[in-house]
Amino acid sequence: MGEHFVTPPNWQWYILAYFFCAGISGGSFVLGTMLRLFGDARDAAAARIAFLISFPVLLVCPILLTLDLGQPSRFWHMLVDVSGGGLVFKAWSPMSLGAWALLLFGIFSLVMFAASLYEGGVVRHRALQATASFVAATAGRIFLIVGAVFGLFVAAYTGVLLAVSNQPVWSDTWALGGLFLASGLSGAAACVLLASRSRRAAMTDRKLIEADRYFILLELALIILFLATLGGTLSKVLSGGWIILWVIVLLGTLVPLGLHWRPGLMRQAALLAPVLVLLGVLALRAVIIFSAQA
Amino acid sequence: MAQTVGFLTDTTLCIGCKACEVACKEWNGLPNNPLDFKGSYDNTGQLDHANWRHVRFLETSTSNPDKPIAWSMMSDVCKHCANASCLEVCPTNAIVRTEFDTVFIQQDVCNGCRDCIAACPYGVIGFNQQSGTAQKCTFCYDRLQNNLMPACATACPTQSIKFGDLATMRQAAAERVQTLQSQGVSQAQVYGDTEYGGLHAMFILTDKPEAYGLPSQASAVLPGRNNIPGYLTAAVTAVLAGLAGLIAFRRRGEQPAAATPPPAATTGGR
Repeated sequence: MGEHFVTPPNWQWYILAYFFCAGISGGSFVLGTMLRLFGDARDAAAARIAFLISFPVLLVCPILLTLDLGQPSRFWHMLVDVSGGGLVFKAWSPMSLGAWALLLFGIFSLVMFAASLYEGGVVRHRALQATASFVAATAGRIFLIVGAVFGLFVAAYTGVLLAVSNQPVWSDTWALGGLFLASGLSGAAACVLLASRSRRAAMTDRKLIEADRYFILLELALIILFLATLGGTLSKVLSGGWIILWVIVLLGTLVPLGLHWRPGLMRQAALLAPVLVLLGVLALRAVIIFSAQA
Repeated sequence: MAQTVGFLTDTTLCIGCKACEVACKEWNGLPNNPLDFKGSYDNTGQLDHANWRHVRFLETSTSNPDKPIAWSMMSDVCKHCANASCLEVCPTNAIVRTEFDTVFIQQDVCNGCRDCIAACPYGVIGFNQQSGTAQKCTFCYDRLQNNLMPACATACPTQSIKFGDLATMRQAAAERVQTLQSQGVSQAQVYGDTEYGGLHAMFILTDKPEAYGLPSQASAVLPGRNNIPGYLTAAVTAVLAGLAGLIAFRRRGEQPAAATPPPAATTGGR
């Protein structure tokens, strides 16, 4: 699109927090699934931690979205068609798809949260035992994979939601869905690394660091694609104070990458890399959300 | 069946009196604008929740020292697009097409998500902090239901704003452009014949659309165009991330994690 003659929707802090949480929650579920399916027995604890992160963070999402509405008491209008009757589902509206995806992903995330509580020995209840048995069976693997697809969607669709508009920056690129997914996965790996810091699982940590390295490389490639596709609106995201946020994005990607390749340094700065990654994930979303509306 | 209605706003006839703005506010009970001066006769600023008609004052500098400013006025309004971006993205079905083929926001359904504001390519829709909903021109839906003209068209003293059957308005637009061009206004053109499947609020312009704050035909695109490429990029990223996970988390000589039996209740740790 050429020139834009639009009014910004004034999506501010609630939306930024939501986009961050959606990336972490969806990404954590996907990481947990990959650790369970691809990993070995030593990775089981990290997988449980990933699922234990995913659901509580997901719970915050509808709260943030509801608070951002002009009429919070009408949050359910996202799902129920109050004028025409029945349910409202519009496949071509990412916001409509996202509302349903959050609801359905919640089921998968809750089940894995419950199973992880039992498997970790945190809560011993018969219902949870049944849940844990279910997810350990073959059907559980299919359940995990379907849940991971929803997790991927929840982490990615927020970028598509911005792109499906006529706003400058957002609608000028097709890279945001992939970019938010890659950065969400990277942030989730950082969260799991931080949460499992007290445990001694060097092999799993190495795997998580290796995965995060790939996710960061993917994110960097998508940042370049994002900037390259902006055309005339590039100056909007790269001007003035937004540069500070881009510096944080770079610190949150390049510094952890450098630390990952120097295991000696990584051991000394075990806390620094994941914290920088999380700050970078937040700054990336902030610069994209706010600069377009400035 | 109800008539398919349309506006034709002729910028060559607009004198900037703002009678349309006043009539719109009066009929629809819209609040006054704050009393501040924006440095121009265009003191309304923009279309928003409280301004459903906005007379744009397009001021351009000239080389004539006696007349340093050239004026052009246009009474802007919601375009009630045939393919409406706002209607496309609205997740609650609050935005509907009426029996007059106009676009209407149901105030009792809208939950104030503001996705329509992000989608509208004309910056028409505004958010009302008091009601917590998105608002815009209703095409005087209540007046149409009672066989009355919209308030703005009724009040316009120069007939710059014409109202009627959409096909009639299209024909009137074509004829007016022909007349203007025969009078030497070579740049005279209709805006809204083809944009977004045809607008229900068309304009006679004497300059390129961008000069009036309107996207050109090439730029008049629907938000949904980014659905497939957006999801496709996400899907490719997901596949690459899956491969990355497969490489990073691959088993290195032990049995699968899922086969591990749950620990005893007394362990208490993760």
